[in-house]
Amino acid sequence: MTSPTTSDVVAGLESLRTSAPSSVMVRTLIETGLADQYTTVTGPTGMVLYVAFNDKGVSAVVPAPDEATFLAIYETRVGTQTFPGELPPRLAAGIERTLRTGKLGALPVDLTRLTEFQQAVLRKTTEIPPGELRTYGWVAREIDKPGAVRAVGSALNKNPVPVVIPCHRVGRSDGSIGNYAFGEAMKRDLLEHEGLDAGAVDATAEAGIRFYGSDTTNVFCFPTCRHAGRITDHHRVTFRSQRQAAAAGYRPCKVCRPAAA
Amino acid sequence: MNPTTEDDPVTTTRERTLPTNQLDAGNDRRLTRRLAHDVAATFPDLIATHQDGIFSGVLRMVPTRHDAHDITQETFIRAYRALLGYDSGRIRDLKLRPWLWTIAVNLCRNAARSRKRAAVTVPLVGDDRAATDTVDVAAEGIAAVIADEWQQRLDTLPGPQRNAIVLRHVVGLSYREIATALDRPVGTTKADVHRGLEHLRGLLAAETEETS
Repeated sequence: MTSPTTSDVVAGLESLRTSAPSSVMVRTLIETGLADQYTTVTGPTGMVLYVAFNDKGVSAVVPAPDEATFLAIYETRVGTQTFPGELPPRLAAGIERTLRTGKLGALPVDLTRLTEFQQAVLRKTTEIPPGELRTYGWVAREIDKPGAVRAVGSALNKNPVPVVIPCHRVGRSDGSIGNYAFGEAMKRDLLEHEGLDAGAVDATAEAGIRFYGSDTTNVFCFPTCRHAGRITDHHRVTFRSQRQAAAAGYRPCKVCRPAAA
Repeated sequence: MNPTTEDDPVTTTRERTLPTNQLDAGNDRRLTRRLAHDVAATFPDLIATHQDGIFSGVLRMVPTRHDAHDITQETFIRAYRALLGYDSGRIRDLKLRPWLWTIAVNLCRNAARSRKRAAVTVPLVGDDRAATDTVDVAAEGIAAVIADEWQQRLDTLPGPQRNAIVLRHVVGLSYREIATALDRPVGTTKADVHRGLEHLRGLLAAETEETS
């Protein structure tokens, strides 16, 4: 038998080259925030919501009937890699509270993949109370971009965290409920679950009524504002436009701010 | 000095590893160009390119497969965070592979230090490096036994020699890259690799004698 050479040693050492376990890639992408994790929760109306998250907070909410549908929607709406995981307790509690109360509260959401404009639109939307409806024009005016009504609509349509950030509380300027990225039926369901009378909203919009005023306070509101809800039938007046309300000597409500002050 | 002109104590080794080195260097230049443009979008490709090399090498420098997994992962996490703080010029000039190995080697050293401290109260139980995370143990069995034998031989080397020889012949780094990663002069790393190979050849010869 010939004695081993250095080449034998080198060949032996080279045979030690191996593959990294696939979990190295997965864990690294998750830890660096380059990939999200996801799990499911039950939404306010009982639907299944896929929730994606990372170290910055909730990064995506997708109503989907199954995992394959979720992954397909996630791919087009978010685009980063995502792996199944478990919500950290703090985030799980935050999501539960947000879905129960309809308020974002202290729940961290990752909007860093969005433009500043998109972020401003979504932050503004979180100010709308559950069961109330504002308009695209209202959001545009509130974030000091009164001309950007269409851009607001497009930013809301791309909301990565629907339900959690309530873009379903923004409708068309004629007062109707309008479209929703996940279908108008889901938008109506969410609003009705929050106590809004969708049928009444439809009727008001169809009648061309944009605002309700109170003839005792001379204040006018969006029809779904909680102050408008307190006006008795006897004292309620209706307006088709801000100008009509202003001409009648009414000032905009300070809570729902239906017009620039 | 160009790494391709470095003296190698083993001619056959040079033939086998240098083309790979040049290929890797080309890959790394492409990666740094893309990283300089967009760290986040390129980083998954950096992991894909380097994870097998880093894992293979680290696996031979730490006691368990679990440690190797953690350190490989941590190497990439630290690299990512560092890259986010670098301007594009600095990223373009990076020599990726030795840079990643500088991080990995430091993590291995730190882990060894904290193990030494932990060993006072929690003695280590055996070597679980052979325990694979694949289900097909039978197919993996022979390779695992051979790897285990090589590990035992490598463990008889002094730390610096073992690290240098692993980086040279398991991972395939050039001497210059090894010198950078281990923060030692090029000449010293060459001598370490040379002495290490001789030592291992001696062990192999002794084993052959025993069995014949």
